[in-house]
Amino acid sequence: MAYSEKLIDHFEHPRNVGALDKNDPSVGTGLVGAPACGDVMKLQIHVGPDGVIKDAKFKTFGCGSAIASSSLVTEWVKGKSLDEAASIRNTQIAQHLALPPVKIHCSVLAEDAIKAAVADYRSKQNQEKSAAE
Amino acid sequence: MTTANGGTIRRNEPDRPVYLDYQATTPLDQRVLDAMMPYFIEKFGNPHSRSHAYGWEAEKAVEAAREQVAELINADPREIIFTSGATESNNLAIAGAARFYKDRKNHIVTLVTEHKCVLDSCRHLEQEGVHVTYLPVQKNGLVDLDALKQAITDKTVLVSIMAVNNEIGVIQPLKEIGAMCRARGVLFHSDCAQAYGKIPLDVDAMKIDLMSISGHKIYGPKGIGALYVRRKPRVRLVALIHGGGQERGMRSGTLPTPLCVGLGEAAAIAKREMASEAERLKMLRDRFHKRIIERLSEVYLNGDLEARIPGNLNLSFAYVEGEGLMMGIKDLSVSSGSACTSASLEPSYVLRALGVEEELAHTSLRIGFGRFTTEAEVDYAADRIIAAVQKLRDMSPLWEMAQQGINIKSIQWAAH
Repeated sequence: MAYSEKLIDHFEHPRNVGALDKNDPSVGTGLVGAPACGDVMKLQIHVGPDGVIKDAKFKTFGCGSAIASSSLVTEWVKGKSLDEAASIRNTQIAQHLALPPVKIHCSVLAEDAIKAAVADYRSKQNQEKSAAE
Repeated sequence: MTTANGGTIRRNEPDRPVYLDYQATTPLDQRVLDAMMPYFIEKFGNPHSRSHAYGWEAEKAVEAAREQVAELINADPREIIFTSGATESNNLAIAGAARFYKDRKNHIVTLVTEHKCVLDSCRHLEQEGVHVTYLPVQKNGLVDLDALKQAITDKTVLVSIMAVNNEIGVIQPLKEIGAMCRARGVLFHSDCAQAYGKIPLDVDAMKIDLMSISGHKIYGPKGIGALYVRRKPRVRLVALIHGGGQERGMRSGTLPTPLCVGLGEAAAIAKREMASEAERLKMLRDRFHKRIIERLSEVYLNGDLEARIPGNLNLSFAYVEGEGLMMGIKDLSVSSGSACTSASLEPSYVLRALGVEEELAHTSLRIGFGRFTTEAEVDYAADRIIAAVQKLRDMSPLWEMAQQGINIKSIQWAAH
């Protein structure tokens, strides 16, 4: 399959591979996909006190498009507020990487991973608040 | 490199990917091309022209090739029908036999791991009222002979079981299957596309009635194959292609003389070199496999190791998806059982039939070694795969969980 230069660059030089402490209350973790389907993404965001995403890390089991999509979104979410990050659409990812039609689901998974990470961070914050009250 | 008979063997060029996909196709052997060349321009006659020298010399060449093809399997040249390839041979054998005998018998037995062209031929026959039993295989990819025995009925016209599987390279017990079929009066067809020229085959010892043969899997040209059709006791087929009645009426159309000559020469070379080639390929394969498993954990072999052609390995690299892995080894040409490499987005049906779990089926690579594979290429390929697997495991969330002792099956995954 012929892939775009951007996609190959993200695959060969993935940005922000790694892990953050999932027990840290300022970290949100999203784990989406399924091994049986051939792709699993783990996206983590570290959110500052000002509500801005300071750092993002990912690990992905999947094809080149899945790895490139998750690498790309770690770059995109940094410096964004939670709402801004959660508004990233799969179509933007697919367009940026010029994903072939059969690989669109990889961009959908990346969008889901961001949403899951944001939701995880928010639920942790709510728990912290209720624990403090 | 020059061979004993003066032919030259081409080396892989350094700037091209290392070719390790010999079950998909093989390059033409230079000696085969040399044999074919005169039949394109000088000796261009129609082998079916009976009235002049051009026809006679082409016919002579085709008949010599037929003899070479037959010799490799201990057959009579009159039992060889030239076709366009193994797909046509499989179609002709299965549909041809089923249609000829349909008034008496209407049942076919085959395996779920057969090539798509066998399975699809059977599917089409089901629409014509033929019953088909698709037998499962054992975990090692081999047929369960007891299950086969149970599946054969008085209505069974044909058992179609491949000699060597194209994905996992396992060799089915042809002799036992042949004996069982003969005892029950059932025709035995074997798709030998991956076996012919690779392992010894004998149509009498194995009691094979119909055998499909491919040219381009044995360093011959693409677009040519053959079907062995037993004469004693005679096997009858309804033709798929109608016309001038060539090939004893079973396959009309002018024979492509250069391609026939190429298939014949490829068969003759295989007959001379098969034993030494098999030994060399086994050495290369074992060297590669050893290097991989010494440096990587959780690598699983799919299919039986012993009952296997020497030029094939099929390995699952747990926690690394196959298509991603192939992108990481762009300078190697291999294939994968991963869903992402198939149009259907389903992982390999062959691996699934062995009971390989979906998550492992997604992580498989098929590595094929052949006549032009060198030791240096094998070492290079193994090292590239090891490096790519290590890199991708470092970025795999599943590998991370496994290292932390988390059972991946304990997680509720959302299927998508």
